[in-house]
Amino acid sequence: METPRDRTRTYLGVPLTRPRVAFFELSSCEGCQLQIMNNEDSLLDFLALVEVVNFREAMTEKSDRYDIAFVEGSVTRADEAERLAIIRKRASVVVAFGSCACFGGVNQLKNRFNDAGWVKEQVYGNHPIETSDTARPLEAFIKVDLRIYGCPVKKEEVEQIVMNIALGKAITQPKYPVCMECKANENVCLFDLGEPCLGPITRGGCDSWCPNNRCGCWGCRGPADDANVTQMKEIMKKYGFSEETMLDRLECFGGFAQYVEQIRDGKDKETA
Amino acid sequence: MKTTRTITINRMSRVEGHGNIKIRIQDGKLEEARWEVVETPRFFEAMLVGKRWENAPWISGRICGICSIGHTLASIRAVENCFGIVPTPQTEKLRLLLKHMETLQSHILHLYFLAAPDFFGVGSVFPLIHSHPDVVQRAARIKQLANDLCDSVGGRRMHPMRTVVGGFTMLPDLAGLEQFNLRLKAVTDDLLQTAELFRTFVIPDFSRETEFVSLGGGGEYPFIGGDLVSTDGVRNKEYEYEAMTNEYLVSQSTSKWSRLSRHSFAVGALARLNNNFNCLHPRARELAISFGLKPVNHNPFMNIIAQLVECVHVVMESSGLIDELTGSPWQEPRQAVIPRSGHGVGAVEVPRGILYHAFDFDGDGRITRCDCVIPTSQNHANIQYDLQALVGHYAATGAPDREIELIAQMLVRAYDPCISCSVH
Repeated sequence: METPRDRTRTYLGVPLTRPRVAFFELSSCEGCQLQIMNNEDSLLDFLALVEVVNFREAMTEKSDRYDIAFVEGSVTRADEAERLAIIRKRASVVVAFGSCACFGGVNQLKNRFNDAGWVKEQVYGNHPIETSDTARPLEAFIKVDLRIYGCPVKKEEVEQIVMNIALGKAITQPKYPVCMECKANENVCLFDLGEPCLGPITRGGCDSWCPNNRCGCWGCRGPADDANVTQMKEIMKKYGFSEETMLDRLECFGGFAQYVEQIRDGKDKETA
Repeated sequence: MKTTRTITINRMSRVEGHGNIKIRIQDGKLEEARWEVVETPRFFEAMLVGKRWENAPWISGRICGICSIGHTLASIRAVENCFGIVPTPQTEKLRLLLKHMETLQSHILHLYFLAAPDFFGVGSVFPLIHSHPDVVQRAARIKQLANDLCDSVGGRRMHPMRTVVGGFTMLPDLAGLEQFNLRLKAVTDDLLQTAELFRTFVIPDFSRETEFVSLGGGGEYPFIGGDLVSTDGVRNKEYEYEAMTNEYLVSQSTSKWSRLSRHSFAVGALARLNNNFNCLHPRARELAISFGLKPVNHNPFMNIIAQLVECVHVVMESSGLIDELTGSPWQEPRQAVIPRSGHGVGAVEVPRGILYHAFDFDGDGRITRCDCVIPTSQNHANIQYDLQALVGHYAATGAPDREIELIAQMLVRAYDPCISCSVH
């Protein structure tokens, strides 16, 4: 794949080094990686920017020498934690790629039962199966340098971030919520259409992807800076949505885990 | 002196998910060939228990990144079947159009990015960018059309958000749909070029008689709902899916296996084609015949060609669907949903074969039981038995390790397995 010409590409006259990039997946749907292949219109430009050395879903060749590791999925078995530790040792930058890697994603929904035995039995009966009691994000095991949020990740955002890495530019995530982007897109508020939405508290950057399609936000990108969950509860109540409806969304991708716990604890206190 | 050869391929490449191939040959005789699935289970069937109905398609769609649209539609169908909701003709057409474009993008991904590199003798599609730019550009063009149309109908090409129980949250732009029809017509040419490319490939000549299971018997090439049929003559209703799947557990796999009339059966494009050949669009059928593909074909490698044939079928049919949709004014996109207790099954033909989602609901619409039977899990046993027969043959002819390694992986790839999906 590599030619000498590739190594001497320039940007504004400055020589560019193409970072050696590797993709890995732990427990996941592999959809975030597929989003890379889904960049048909800019895939070739993207591939010119980096040197892909590991991408099992798409290529047979592999290398243990890479600069940036994109890790998709959450950790749900001991061997995944071991693989992750090796990846951390080899890569200079580890990117938590998508909501499963950042927060546990939908996989962590099994954690809410606090009963791994029951979870296993539901699917496998008495058949022995090796699995961790909980699904956990990468950061429960290793230091992560960068998070790319979303279920799935947004390809434009991935490209922007990778380009910034290649150019040595700073990478910033929006601090504001999805609600800001939704307003800028001039959408009718989902609450006024009778739909629950976590847009007011979820980190932006997706350009209000779901609300643009008249689907209320499920919080896949986790909380925005200074997310006001108390106020969110008030809004849900005002529009007649149950706490169950709000919890369904808050707990779906794992980004709001601490708030879910607080709400559940609060509820426990009320009933005590 | 005895010579033992072992071939181990861990986490084989260019398939979705994690599977290993282990082969042991002694003195030219195959001792063991194993297809192992080591993927971690994510326990979707447990995580949905206790959740209300609206969570079902949203969460279970995330079983798979490649066929998330199919999973979403199967869940929706299961919920609607339980609640007694009959989708409007408009919703049915939009769902089928969306389904067709998922089939197209997934098949093209497999044909060009996963399968073709073996026939070109390279490790991935990436070197082809330089050596065969026209081929890669063509693949990208077809895939992009499919994905763009998915965006337009489902809101997003992966994990769609407009698709909900009762219909759609919003409708595509009419003028945009008409534009897509022009692009669909242009892509027909690209598919014929694809056929010419695949005609230059040597498809391995290997057959092992097996049973093929799919939707069928409805007079149309089936994708969403209908009866369950097999080439051995089994026929069941959608709600009787467990009589078709008969799942059981084995030690070599974290995915369940299935069987019906024999030790194993196959699902997927070849199964659909074997059961519904006469329902193919005439141009698709013509293409199949030109490749010598007629029912019942027992060569698993011909699944690749069956996928190609289906690409032509779905493009032709999608064009007609768009004509029908743009020919009448939009109706209300979404019906009201009133939950009720009971059992619902949704069977949908996703790119890799027949998929079932089944739920039990309580009176408030909360899930009390969930079961998802994935196409690739139904294929695992068949892959195992094919692998034994194929490698046994190659071992007997004294083929070198690297040849066996390649043909074994090509066999698995021909099934286009979605392994993380199969374990879910």
